[in-house]
Amino acid sequence: MPAVSIQSVSKTYATSKGGFQALNHVSLDIAEGEFFGLLGPNGAGKTTLISILAGLTKATSGCITVMGKDVQQDFAAARRQLGVVPQELVFDPFFNVRETLRLQSGYFGVRNNDAWIDELLESLGLADKANANMRQLSGGMKRRVLVAQALVHKPPIIVLDEPTAGVDVELRQTLWHFIAKLNKQGHTVLLTTHYLEEAEALCNRIAMLKHGNVVALDDTSHLLQTASSNVLQFKTDNPLPASLAPLARVTGRVVQLPAQNASDIEHFLATLREGQVVMEDMEIRRAELEDVFLQVMKGAA
Amino acid sequence: MMFPQMQGWTSLFYKEVLRFWKVSFQTVAAPVMTAVLYLLIFGHVLEDHVQVFDGVSYTAFLVPGLVMMSVLQNAFANSSSSLVQSKIMGSVVFILLTPLTHWAWFAAYVGSSVVRGLVVGLGVYAVTLFFTPPVAAAPLWILVFALLGAALLGTLGLIAGLWADKFDQMAAFQNFLIMPMTFLSGVFYSIQSLPPFWQQISHLNPFFYMIDGFRYGFFGQSDISPWVSLGIVGVAWLAVSALAMHLLRTGYKIRH
Repeated sequence: MPAVSIQSVSKTYATSKGGFQALNHVSLDIAEGEFFGLLGPNGAGKTTLISILAGLTKATSGCITVMGKDVQQDFAAARRQLGVVPQELVFDPFFNVRETLRLQSGYFGVRNNDAWIDELLESLGLADKANANMRQLSGGMKRRVLVAQALVHKPPIIVLDEPTAGVDVELRQTLWHFIAKLNKQGHTVLLTTHYLEEAEALCNRIAMLKHGNVVALDDTSHLLQTASSNVLQFKTDNPLPASLAPLARVTGRVVQLPAQNASDIEHFLATLREGQVVMEDMEIRRAELEDVFLQVMKGAA
Repeated sequence: MMFPQMQGWTSLFYKEVLRFWKVSFQTVAAPVMTAVLYLLIFGHVLEDHVQVFDGVSYTAFLVPGLVMMSVLQNAFANSSSSLVQSKIMGSVVFILLTPLTHWAWFAAYVGSSVVRGLVVGLGVYAVTLFFTPPVAAAPLWILVFALLGAALLGTLGLIAGLWADKFDQMAAFQNFLIMPMTFLSGVFYSIQSLPPFWQQISHLNPFFYMIDGFRYGFFGQSDISPWVSLGIVGVAWLAVSALAMHLLRTGYKIRH
């Protein structure tokens, strides 16, 4: 039984200009113990999909099960399996950190949970903030509390919706160390992120969404192999020859050209030499998830 | 567990009580103060001019009305402001993510509103004892109408809190519906003193029956039978509860 099974889920939002289709027959399974990445540009439908999974939104058609429990029909059982870290940095200003966690635990019917709450506080570097009011915490600290809140009822499946957006390096390290540890202990993790190097480092399988459609779904290693295996990268002040310009990704002075093989690279170099392009800091590097991502998104246009 | 679907509702109830208690200066002390000002001013001005029930001074007559008005307004304020605030702040998501059922939401929000209404009502009553001696002809009626009135307004607050997206919508609900209905329900007067037309209108106001029945508990006298009032208030509560449960079950404005 998959930990999460998403079966042909569609979602159409009613807007003033008619229906907007956020998800279009999305199907995918996440196995128990997987570290699964859900990637896609803004507006691709990632958060909508997670909201349907968490019961915050209702699918227009299709269904999702969590450990075999339907998220609509058997919502209470499904939600006990899920620990969701919402994307927005929300908090209840009336309570301190410990009260927040005790209450959240109570909503799940878990009483006398202080040992686990202390462990969470310790692991997330919140121990000295336990009695601080939520309002007094910095953004990063609030984010840690969100993670602790999601885990307070010990859910087997952890869902993180862009947990590292606007978060400093130290917290990202703490957070990933902790989540990776939980994954090793057997927790299933579903992650959405804009930081593709994080997804590459952490996720063993990845789905890419674009305009509500799944445009790639594979093991991370397969995705990296099947895409262009290399990238020719350099800096220049010159304009690119017309034949290369559509292939290149240009960021300021940095030019990146995805290549399938050595003859592609030779061809690029010859064309650049003919065009009298002066290259600095030239290198040929292995393709990263970001290259794959951009290629997939371009291909799916 | 006998009622597994109700697991966890006590935590939400406790959270809602803790929420208003942490700001009790604003949620308890302030409404008590307001009610006492009413008592001082209206009692002082009208004491010698108005006699509603035989052998009952105007100030004594006013006390149950003021207590009930405080109970009703604060019960409404509790559930409505908590919900609107958590919707605007986004923290309602923490409750939406839990297995709590619509029964649990209902029990917690209405229950905590009843607590707030009764706490404020008791506070107002305690202060009025400095002005007029206590009377309680039928204490059970006092309790029944206080509970039922608080529950009815707590449920209305729940509906208003689900419906309103902004604080000003909430204020409109409070100022144009709840306030007129409480003030025009006989808090400050007996509707017997009104012209026949306005008496008829007052009989359409469910708040009138709550205050009239509540007052019966103090003096053993009322404009109409407390049993009739109980029936009308009870049916009104069941009706708004059915609506509130429907909204919660379908996730009206909270699960899109």
